[in-house]
Amino acid sequence: MLRDDIIEYSLDAHHSEEKGVELRKTIWKVTFLLTAITAVEVALGSMIKQSSDYWQIIKWIFIVLTIVKAGYIVLSFMHLGDERKGLKYVILLPYFVFAAYLIFILLNEGTAIFGALSEVAN
Amino acid sequence: MAGHASKEIDSKTLWGGKISPFSTSYGKLMMWFFLVSDALTFTGLLISYGFTRHDYLGSWPIGEETFHSLPLLEGNYPLIYVALMTFILIVSSVTMVLAVEAGHRMDRKGVTKWMIATIIGGFFFVGSQAWEWSHFIHGSDFGKVELADGSLAIVKGNFGEIESFEVTVAGHHHMVGDKVTEDLKHEYQHAIADGHLHNGIITLHDGSQAKVNKMANSDMTLIVKEFGGDHAIGSEIEGAEAIAMYEEAVNSGEANRVIYGANMKQNEYGPQHYGQFFFFITGFHGFHVFSGVMINILILLGVIKGTYHARGHYEMVEKTGLYWHFVDLVWVFVFTFFYLV
Repeated sequence: MLRDDIIEYSLDAHHSEEKGVELRKTIWKVTFLLTAITAVEVALGSMIKQSSDYWQIIKWIFIVLTIVKAGYIVLSFMHLGDERKGLKYVILLPYFVFAAYLIFILLNEGTAIFGALSEVAN
Repeated sequence: MAGHASKEIDSKTLWGGKISPFSTSYGKLMMWFFLVSDALTFTGLLISYGFTRHDYLGSWPIGEETFHSLPLLEGNYPLIYVALMTFILIVSSVTMVLAVEAGHRMDRKGVTKWMIATIIGGFFFVGSQAWEWSHFIHGSDFGKVELADGSLAIVKGNFGEIESFEVTVAGHHHMVGDKVTEDLKHEYQHAIADGHLHNGIITLHDGSQAKVNKMANSDMTLIVKEFGGDHAIGSEIEGAEAIAMYEEAVNSGEANRVIYGANMKQNEYGPQHYGQFFFFITGFHGFHVFSGVMINILILLGVIKGTYHARGHYEMVEKTGLYWHFVDLVWVFVFTFFYLV
């Protein structure tokens, strides 16, 4: 049965065949990029041990690469990049504010607790 | 029908308040809001993982030391399996975005094809995670050992095969002189964990005692994870010394000197919290993947029935696609923070 009580909008829900060809090209490009980044991460991870002097740099490379990957997934695959500017901010801003606060407070506290525990142990 | 090309929104599709915020549909906006809240949940979990890890520092396990196995293969393949899982999930995200793209062209066959591919990818991922859990719970051949000075160390090496148990004192099932040849490794590990192996004599669960015929372990390395007195965190003990220290613990006849695998109370990889975070974070994510596959199946049925085609647009595919990409997004972070760093 066809339901007509569902009010659903479909703005930007269609595109032409030519646009489709173009979009698919972008999709495959992003796929290649995400796969390459993952391969690089695994290669770095198995080559460089955590005890190595370079580990700090590698760790930051991992974090940056992860954020790049996440950016491509959200902006390209989830099409947030194509949405209105207002929507982008409504989604991203509250998230980043909360996440940044949590990271700051908990990693600080974690290190402090480690310090306190080591003091007790000694 | 198709052809909402202009940015004018017809009155039928406006929200109750007679506008459409951000020119999006109600369903899509609510899906985004749900995803933001879910993203915050996962952020909280991963950050609390980081918090706990900062509490322990050196004794926390390292991904490549913990996850280095492949199904059906012996040997050391650090992180290859999780990398494969990541790849599967990325590919299924790609097939999903291709389904959405086909939907925009009202290509019902295309949507069906790519949705099926996405669902298959999802099942592969859930299956891989089941294997990973099973492997994590059963643990390695050697387990984690408490050395004589109280240090805790994880063990790498080649496990010498157990040939048989030769019964020397009869129990309920076995007579003197019997040779037990079945379920050896399982029985052996249980006996060690419970302190039922003493100087090469194993007490089996039926009460009989037996001599263990076992090939020697070789190429052993002990990596110290927790300081006990003599060995610093991260120091590696190799060769004959490692084997002697390990054998001492195994043959001590004391319970809990060697721990195998993982449960909710203890695990062979590191602190108790490590196992709990592993189960909760990957479990919570796996639950999302599973429900995502179920939702995808429901939407696929709608596509095959032609419900969305009759509606004039495939926005339902787009909305479920948002959820599916989100699952991939979370895994990207779990992969980095749980396995890589």
